[in-house]
Amino acid sequence: MGVEQSQTLGSGFITTSLDKLVNWSRAKSLWPMTFGLACCAIEMMAAGAARFDLDRMGVLFRASPRQSDVIIIAGTVTKKMLPVIKTVYEQMPEPKYVIAMGACASSGGVFDTYSVVQGIDQELPVDVYIPGCPPRPEGLLYGLMKLQEQIMKERNSFGAAIGIGEVVKEA
Amino acid sequence: MCDQASVEKLKAKFSSAVLDVVAFRDELTVTVEKGRIVEISAFLKEECGYNFLCDLCGVDYLGQQPRFMVVYNLYNITSKKRLRIKVAVDEQNACVDTVSGVWATANWHERECWDLMGISFSNHPDLRRILMAADWEGHPLRKDYPLQGPDREPYQGRLS
Amino acid sequence: MALTEKMTINMGPQHPSTHGVLQLILELDGEVVLKATPHIGFLHRGTEKLSEHRTYNQIVPLTDRLDYLAPMSNNLGYVLAVEKLLGISDRIPERANVIRVIMAELTRLKSHLVWLATHALDIGAMTVFLYAFREREAITDIYEKVSGARMTSNYIRIGGVTEDLPDGLEKEIRDFVATMPDHIDEYEGLLTGNKIWQKRTIGVGVISAEDAIDIGLSGPALRCSGVDWDLRRDAPYCGYETYDFDVPVRTEGDTFARYKARLDEMRQSSRIINQALDRLKPGPVTADCPKICLPPKQDVVNTIEGLIHHFKIITEGFKVEKGEVYVGIEAPKGELGYYIVSDGSPMPYRMKIRPPSFVNLQALPQLVEGRLLADVIAIIGTLDIVLGEIDR
Repeated sequence: MGVEQSQTLGSGFITTSLDKLVNWSRAKSLWPMTFGLACCAIEMMAAGAARFDLDRMGVLFRASPRQSDVIIIAGTVTKKMLPVIKTVYEQMPEPKYVIAMGACASSGGVFDTYSVVQGIDQELPVDVYIPGCPPRPEGLLYGLMKLQEQIMKERNSFGAAIGIGEVVKEA
Repeated sequence: MCDQASVEKLKAKFSSAVLDVVAFRDELTVTVEKGRIVEISAFLKEECGYNFLCDLCGVDYLGQQPRFMVVYNLYNITSKKRLRIKVAVDEQNACVDTVSGVWATANWHERECWDLMGISFSNHPDLRRILMAADWEGHPLRKDYPLQGPDREPYQGRLS
Repeated sequence: MALTEKMTINMGPQHPSTHGVLQLILELDGEVVLKATPHIGFLHRGTEKLSEHRTYNQIVPLTDRLDYLAPMSNNLGYVLAVEKLLGISDRIPERANVIRVIMAELTRLKSHLVWLATHALDIGAMTVFLYAFREREAITDIYEKVSGARMTSNYIRIGGVTEDLPDGLEKEIRDFVATMPDHIDEYEGLLTGNKIWQKRTIGVGVISAEDAIDIGLSGPALRCSGVDWDLRRDAPYCGYETYDFDVPVRTEGDTFARYKARLDEMRQSSRIINQALDRLKPGPVTADCPKICLPPKQDVVNTIEGLIHHFKIITEGFKVEKGEVYVGIEAPKGELGYYIVSDGSPMPYRMKIRPPSFVNLQALPQLVEGRLLADVIAIIGTLDIVLGEIDR
């Protein structure tokens, strides 16, 4: 492949309005995959329960990677589990996002040992890091809102959806 | 919860196999000979009532001979007493007879001991790695295995 | 006769109902399970090796993350083992012991609430999940007020507890515990008489007493097979022998019995908390061992001994006599044991954690043999496993 200019549909008024529509629909109905590994999974469940309801933000937990947009890696990633995470991540359809929840997923956390991968960003491209051990459910909500803001700033989403060019993410 | 009576019965029956008895903080630890562990376990289970094996683990005393100790923590449900049996295992012949015939719970404990310490158990029904990946090399809990693993730099900073 | 073929399926590490990263390889003949092989180790973080490189105080937060549904229980077990090793078990002040009992029983309630929520959710009752998490939020608020963190509290320390209870917390705990029996009745009303629940749980996962003792089952699972075993009563710690509580023992040994027994345990925990709250008298919350327990902040700032002790305990740790101990406590899931070997240095030489879920999971293959695939989910739920503890 030579140098390919990333094709976009342009930045006219109608195009950007369509882009905004696609971005809005993607951001306001993020469906994460339940990938709770360790203690952060419990805080994720608490965020989905009645007090810090996630459903009001359009977030619905799906068990299958084929039906989800975002994977929330909640918990410690070990070397034994890494191939499983990669398989599941590859099964997710585009557009997909990754949230690293907690200290262990961001950087290995407290566990600087032989069997722990020091951060999931060694293998997957992470969009949002949520620090904490475990982060409060409000922290997870804030992280999801930050991801929603990132999605709203994407350009050429409508173009990419109909097959012309790629999504241009903010640098 | 000291069970002096059972230790006396054990010493009476297996006088040559009982190597050492230590009492520390109200707990009794009996060191026995490796070769007769299955007989001793069966005796403790049937005659002295120690029907619950709480824990089975290995300890690596790097630098001492013999290098490893396999520790059996036992509990008697009826008399509510505890007892600890230790078996010395040296590095060249790191092999002990399995006690999973006496207490079925020893199965996974021995698998973990093999996985993390490298002490193998003869006649074990299914001796394979349990916590590490199946193709892992090395036995992580040994004292000469680095904490960060063989492929990463050891941590250089202060811990506190 | 139809030709049947065995089918091997993988209930992978990523599954909504396996309560964590557990892999089950199931051999099926239609819907009937012929053999189940659990594969664990996907969350093995090396806690035991890590604790050989940390001082005794630094290990307390690591123990929080073992059974992350019952963090203060793990703290308590570890701290009791170290106190026994140090020989200061009888110097813990009365108020600290009473607070430890209150926190341990609140932790038992917390763990059983999550058990009920996830077990019911797996079988299909989603309302119970939301109701139980509502109660759990109340307990998490109490945790936060007492220690600063919702889950991984790091509150029970060697020599006592970190800090005294803040003002108003006794009343909050009392009010919460007063509402608990009604909430448990609510869960019973939703589940116990429900025909679907009964069909899914009665007769499922039966284990006899001899098999249970042989395979090493402990906790509610063992008590439901007819064995009267409770370490709070048989090998008491923290003053449990002075409290008045019943131990629910059942003989059927199936999932329904374990469900009823855990609900009864929740009722008994409320009783114990009420008795403990009545016993709270003002007093110190850490033992008077300046070389081991951190001095209060005024002493650190104002006196030179406080400053030096604080500095030494934080940077070097305290030296422990050579020896080994094993202490087992009644965690919500069974017998949680800590075997600590010390060689005289401020870091343990070897720490082995005996997790109840690791041993309880061993019983899974024999419980599922011959049952339907849907029963596998019910049995995993009833054994109450948490992978953080199994893999350490």
